[in-house]
Amino acid sequence: MISQVINKIINNDIGYSFVKSKIAVISTIVFLTILICSAFAEFVAPYNPFDPVTVSLLDAFTPPVWIDGGSTNFVLGTDQQGRDMLSTMIYGSRISLIVAFASILFAMLLGTFLGVTSGFFGGRYEIIVMRFTDVQLTIPSILMALLVDGIARGFISKSLHNDMAIYVLIFAIGISEWPQFARVTRAATLVEKNKEYISASRIIGLSNFLIMFKHILPNIMRPVLVIFTIGLALAIITESTLSFLGVGVPPTTPSLGTLIRFGNDFLFSGEWWITFFPAIFLVVLALSINLLGDWMRDALNPKLKTR
Amino acid sequence: MFVVAFVAFSLFNYVGDPVHNMVGQEASAEKREEIREKLGLNDPVHTQFLRFIGNAVQGEFGLSYQLKRPVSDLIAERLPATLELVFISALIAIVSGVVLGVYTGINRDGFLSNVILILSLFGVSLPTFVIGILFIYLFSVILGILPSFGRGEVVDLGFWNTGFLTLSGIKAIILPSITLSLFQMTYIIRLVRAEMMEILQTDYIKFARARGIEKNAINFKHALKNGLIPVITITGINIGTLVAFSIITETVFQWPGMGFLFINAVHFVDIPIMSAYLIMVAFIFVMINFIVDITYYIIDPRIRIKEEVSSE
Amino acid sequence: MSFLEINSLDIQYKTRKETIHASRNVTFNLERGEILGIVGESGSGKSTVANAIINLIDKPGRITNGSIKLDNIECCNNENIIQDIRGKKIGFVFQDPQTSLNPLFKIKNQLVETIQTHLDLNFFDAEKKSIDLLREVGIENPEKRINEYPHQFSGGMRQRVVIALALCCEPDLIIADEPTTSLDVSIQFQILKLLKNLTVQRNLGVILITHDMGVIAETTNRVVVMRYGKIVEQGNTVEVLSNPQSNECKSLVMSVPPTNKKIERFKLISPEGDEITNNSSNLTNSIIQNWAVREISNEKLLDFKNITKIFDEQLFIRSKKEINKLKALDNVSFQIIEGESFGLVGESGSGKSTIAKIITSLIKPTSGEVFFEDLSLHNPKNKKIKNKYRGQIQMIFQDPYSSLNPRFKVKEIIAEPIKFFQKGISNKAIQKNINDLIDIVGMSRQSLERYPHEFSGGQRQRISIARSLATRPRLLICDEPTSALDVSIQAQILNLLKDLQEELNLTILFISHDLPVVRQMCDRIAVLKNGKLCEVEKTENLFNNPNHQYTKELISLMPKIESIYS
Repeated sequence: MISQVINKIINNDIGYSFVKSKIAVISTIVFLTILICSAFAEFVAPYNPFDPVTVSLLDAFTPPVWIDGGSTNFVLGTDQQGRDMLSTMIYGSRISLIVAFASILFAMLLGTFLGVTSGFFGGRYEIIVMRFTDVQLTIPSILMALLVDGIARGFISKSLHNDMAIYVLIFAIGISEWPQFARVTRAATLVEKNKEYISASRIIGLSNFLIMFKHILPNIMRPVLVIFTIGLALAIITESTLSFLGVGVPPTTPSLGTLIRFGNDFLFSGEWWITFFPAIFLVVLALSINLLGDWMRDALNPKLKTR
Repeated sequence: MFVVAFVAFSLFNYVGDPVHNMVGQEASAEKREEIREKLGLNDPVHTQFLRFIGNAVQGEFGLSYQLKRPVSDLIAERLPATLELVFISALIAIVSGVVLGVYTGINRDGFLSNVILILSLFGVSLPTFVIGILFIYLFSVILGILPSFGRGEVVDLGFWNTGFLTLSGIKAIILPSITLSLFQMTYIIRLVRAEMMEILQTDYIKFARARGIEKNAINFKHALKNGLIPVITITGINIGTLVAFSIITETVFQWPGMGFLFINAVHFVDIPIMSAYLIMVAFIFVMINFIVDITYYIIDPRIRIKEEVSSE
Repeated sequence: MSFLEINSLDIQYKTRKETIHASRNVTFNLERGEILGIVGESGSGKSTVANAIINLIDKPGRITNGSIKLDNIECCNNENIIQDIRGKKIGFVFQDPQTSLNPLFKIKNQLVETIQTHLDLNFFDAEKKSIDLLREVGIENPEKRINEYPHQFSGGMRQRVVIALALCCEPDLIIADEPTTSLDVSIQFQILKLLKNLTVQRNLGVILITHDMGVIAETTNRVVVMRYGKIVEQGNTVEVLSNPQSNECKSLVMSVPPTNKKIERFKLISPEGDEITNNSSNLTNSIIQNWAVREISNEKLLDFKNITKIFDEQLFIRSKKEINKLKALDNVSFQIIEGESFGLVGESGSGKSTIAKIITSLIKPTSGEVFFEDLSLHNPKNKKIKNKYRGQIQMIFQDPYSSLNPRFKVKEIIAEPIKFFQKGISNKAIQKNINDLIDIVGMSRQSLERYPHEFSGGQRQRISIARSLATRPRLLICDEPTSALDVSIQAQILNLLKDLQEELNLTILFISHDLPVVRQMCDRIAVLKNGKLCEVEKTENLFNNPNHQYTKELISLMPKIESIYS
């Protein structure tokens, strides 16, 4: 059974391209590893850094194990409060990934819906939606997210804000990314809409909803997947940027960006590892997703066929 | 623009109680009422909106909640810093982006091209602030040759103050501008490359080759001109992105620009600054879009001259 | 020694699965002053050979063997020599004038640049030469038009510019790859005439690549027939076409619709020499039982009354300007009798597709009404009844590659209309229906489990036909169903359609720009020009005695394979 599946994958053009590209394989493995680790953080991480019982200030500022003063208890060292770096990174990546996934999912659902319907129905509806998309596309996502976040802070009192911060963040990043999906899905819908099998379905008398859902949607998923992957990387970076600036997730549930911010203060005093490791982790995460998305874009693009 | 103004206005008035923020919690009810009257907060909404716009056009944005100074002064101080930074970064990003993009587009499989591409992938994956921190660590802490914060000495030219004319000013701008430009540069490289590759496969390029036109002429005259068209729109958007990302860079390098101001404003929910920043930024975006449209008009004859369908 | 000698040319494409031989052992000659045609169906390798002569084969193709000699200079695979020759001794004309010219440069610049690349002229001389060239290829007012951009020229004019560009450095050999395929018949006639004149005036050697036998008959002196990369026959055009020796060539010639008479069916032989009969004529009794074949009533089935359709671009502001509006149809009226085959003929932009879309309710007419069996199709009150009637009008389309959903299996594609119209039908009944349908169109039952991309163009059209028959329609609209197919496949599909019409008593509305095809398929024909109906007439009367000026023009200008006999 497994060999059948593997055979099918290799015979499929895309599957072949995947297996042949070492980069794609490696980055997928890296990404999946991080994903699984962060999902099962409780089992993987050596400590729970947010459980006050296991944390002691006496351990603070322990350097990584290969430097004088390091200990095998804390392989990558500890931060200013005595939390194990490796553990904080694993927990932190979980927050980063949750926020990123949720926001991109939100953006994808909203953007795809608006894109497909506006491409399909056209008319004034399409023009209005496209105006919104154009206007929002000129505003960079960081700004958009900051804006939404700022407004939310104004509306919600401080303590409530802390609890809701993650939802606000997801909403903010999602709002900033939906136009990408809308634009791509609309373009793809326009192309499919003019194809004759859609006319054939119309002549049969299928309802608009059925046509969009059953016929058009499956055929435009390819570019959506590419944008999803690349958007995921972007969302991770955006979230970490916002957290770094202090307007992201609350400090009680730090993401990788927050960790970098914490460590930034100690960069000059010599405890470089507090900032360094989370930064590397973040870069590796973003890089692996980007590589995957990049490969996907080339593999799924019919125009760049070099056979 | 109008939409933005409206959003900014509603922020101003309805988010949080402005009086509350300004006066603190101990003020008595009568004092509050007095201030409300003075600020005209009891007037009907459209009057307030018109007044807001009127003030905005004159550059009058009210007082910052937190710093208790007129917002317009704050902006005037900070604007040149941000604009200089953005300008240099844009220059770096566009020039190197286009050059490298063209090179990798023409030499698709070369070794150098692949190296550039891999580096560009790094560029997209590295958040700006990480780059900034890395640079600071490398050049300031370890090598100690470039300053890690501030703008250096500044020369005051009336309403503008520039850091270009002093050595320390120039030194100070190097790291932040490179940091800021990196993200955009990689984006431009990939875009130009994709465009070039697609164009080199078109019929008119094939026809030019069939006519015996030299490779260089084809690459740099025919292909490039066509390839630049989408790049122009993206560049327009990019400048806007640079303005936004300057927020990050300014924070990391403690560059005294508008972005730094804005971040603090968000932290302290300092509404007047936020709304003023919004309006300024929106204005800049609209201007950029306008310039992009004009450039398109000049370059692409298909837009300038309407299609004629002459009969045979 | 000939002007151009090609010997034993082999070209291969290496893909990861296999090596494709685009051309095998191709050998032919060309003299000055003659036009040599290379004809073949898609995939025959004709374009590849042409590209090989100027060494512009797309990677990963390579010339693996052979010699190409121009004026006794060997230039096969030799980029250095070819780089000099391109443009100077060899001019190339591509198929699509829309994409052949760089849209951002003026015509003047493109011409002057080419001239200055090969000839030693200063700017003004080059410009003067360009103006003369434009005049020679038939562009009026060349002094003014040379300063314009490509998009300001219409399709035919653009192709003339392309020819001028190919000629500008005084080449001796011109290679034209399907130069008129995307042009209207009248323009095609002029461009071919231009080519013939230039050949004589400048003593050129010309290679003309096409799939159209009529063009070959009227334009070329000698012809090379290719199939799957090999030359199957070559020689004097008149001899090859009137008396083909090889089976492949015979099968090709027999598939071409005659322009001077109507035949009942195309007599087809496969390239191997066996006769092809249509499987569909073996309709089993069960199919006829299930079908409840109708009697022909000879009554008016479709009444297209005074239809006008105006497309309005503006959405928010009602535009008063006429420029923004496109009058696709102007007061068009005709009727279709049940059981007949009605043809609709016109060039691109004449409005034929718009008519099809209005009848199938894809778009609404601006004014006028369409009656199907006395029921008004666009009257909103009859919505329920209208839906019931939907199944009775079906359509098959032009492009076999976009008319089937690539994600559905064939059986799902055919089953969809059945499920929609007969809600609650059992799976067993659906399966039986599908089986009948796939049998009727002559394809195997295994095809049902496959996906569209596994089939060729002709097979996909058959699947389209099966889908359209699923609802037992009374009126079948065929919108250019064979225009994208090779000539031999076209003949098979046309035979199939005729068989189906007879067995199932279908009424057919056949839309095409190809006059000979319409002559074969239809009882009555309507001629359309720019949205206006020129005339409606019985087929034989139309061809033997056309009334309208436009019809006369179309008939005289269409390329006829029979011209070799005159």
